[in-house]
Amino acid sequence: MANLLANLLKQPLTPWLSGSGPEGDIVLTSRVRLARNLRCQPFPGRAAADKLGEIMAEFKEVPTALMAEDGHEYAFVELESLAPLDRYVLVEKHVISPAHAAGPENRALIVRDDAGVSIMVNEEDHLRLQCLESGLNLMDAFNKANAVDDVIETRHDLAFMEHLGYLTACPTNMGTGLRASVMIHLPALALTKQVGRIMAVATQLGLAVRGLYGEGTEAAGNIFQISNQITLGRSEQDIINNLSGVVKQVVDKERTARSLLESDSRDALADRVWRAYGVLRYAQRISSQEALALLSEVRLGIDLGVIDEAAPEVFNELLVTTRPNFLQNLVGETALHQSERNALRAKLIRRKLKGGCNHV
Amino acid sequence: MMSTEANNMLCDDCQKEPACVHITKIINQQKVEKHLCEQCAHKSGEIAGKGINNLFGSKLSVHDFLKEMFNYTLPDSSRPALEPVCADCGLSYSEFTRSGKFGCSGCYQAFSGQLEPLFKRIHGTAAHAGKTPKRGGIRLSVAQRIRRLRHELEQHVNREEYEFAAKLRDEIRALEKQLAEPAAGRGGMADGEPIG
Repeated sequence: MANLLANLLKQPLTPWLSGSGPEGDIVLTSRVRLARNLRCQPFPGRAAADKLGEIMAEFKEVPTALMAEDGHEYAFVELESLAPLDRYVLVEKHVISPAHAAGPENRALIVRDDAGVSIMVNEEDHLRLQCLESGLNLMDAFNKANAVDDVIETRHDLAFMEHLGYLTACPTNMGTGLRASVMIHLPALALTKQVGRIMAVATQLGLAVRGLYGEGTEAAGNIFQISNQITLGRSEQDIINNLSGVVKQVVDKERTARSLLESDSRDALADRVWRAYGVLRYAQRISSQEALALLSEVRLGIDLGVIDEAAPEVFNELLVTTRPNFLQNLVGETALHQSERNALRAKLIRRKLKGGCNHV
Repeated sequence: MMSTEANNMLCDDCQKEPACVHITKIINQQKVEKHLCEQCAHKSGEIAGKGINNLFGSKLSVHDFLKEMFNYTLPDSSRPALEPVCADCGLSYSEFTRSGKFGCSGCYQAFSGQLEPLFKRIHGTAAHAGKTPKRGGIRLSVAQRIRRLRHELEQHVNREEYEFAAKLRDEIRALEKQLAEPAAGRGGMADGEPIG
């Protein structure tokens, strides 16, 4: 278990962030989350500490049951046993939420060896189980999540009402408890200033659009999260199909915008992405925001064949390795000052880009 | 009223950029229309801030929206003297409206009289159409199928497709019969009771 977690914390790329799935050049990841609660137990927001501990203990055998089901190794990690830094690395890797990391007492994480399945215990709901896939692959992610849910519900009494579905702490999650989302990179739509309009349409279709790290966060690096808002009154398949359909259309729009940029202003685009590459290649200090913005442009350059000195995976990998907590974790306990972190980030990017394709 | 539709109009102010914000105001009982590009709309203060984060509100959370909805459901002045309280976790309905969070699954029953309009406002419906836990038994999925068929039946009747409607009616009757017979034996639960 210790190895599983150590690998998860140190590895820059988890398999689901490899960019290998369908539409993997534009859709980075697909995620499906199911919110579940135990019947006759207070929800985490209203449970006393001892009750939370009791609820957490109830799920200690889940890893064994899941292991028997899919043959993967699973770990049960009490969040209090993790250093704060490790918890925030898990946030940067989208394994747990910022709220879960912030209050670790009587909270736990059940995680699969490849981080493709993770379950937050005692977040807003007793269980928030999520499955991640690379690229646009929501149905696979859902099928996995559903299989995990089946394993859990055969062992635990889940709160469910026939006409309201799964009961959750917040009424915005009730019914299916399903939140499906994709992380999507839209640099050409952003450059051609169409992203706002497209996102406005997505919201009219009952979808939510957010920045990279969820509600209220910046859309750094032209990466957006698109997810379903409605969880009640539609089947899981309908929700997944609706989101997949809209995302496919957004992907088409991004591809059209990329073709237009290529045909109408290839020289200007080449200048722009090579300049971004130049800054990343030689900068001595760089903030995480600037790094993300420039990496987004470089990735566009790679995708359009303008830049041939780096592989697309560099972008995905640097997305994780340039985040503040991951960097801090690389150097260990000595707390890094922001300027030191900016220097380390720049060094890491220089080293990665200098390596070229062969060393990615 | 404001919308962000796409069309080929140029911005009324700068006459350069395409207008993407369309504003209709009633001033002194006169309708005034204005078509602006995003930048000029920001300048004129018609939309606050800029970019994606303000479009969806970096500070305005789902819970802020919900809070407004709850308040709409139960204004302070009309709060009944004896408000519902969840017998399982002790959460009162007014506490729920303040926090936007239920205390336990029992709250759904305790506040059932108040919640349907809220669910409809959030989700557009108050009826689950998704997965049912296997532990709940076949009864749950049969009941759900009946609900779906009834909805379909209504649509066919509205379209005067009586032949289809009759088939559905027979199917519903057969399912209702199936539901009525073995339910007691299986320890079936009443609709509305949270199950495991």
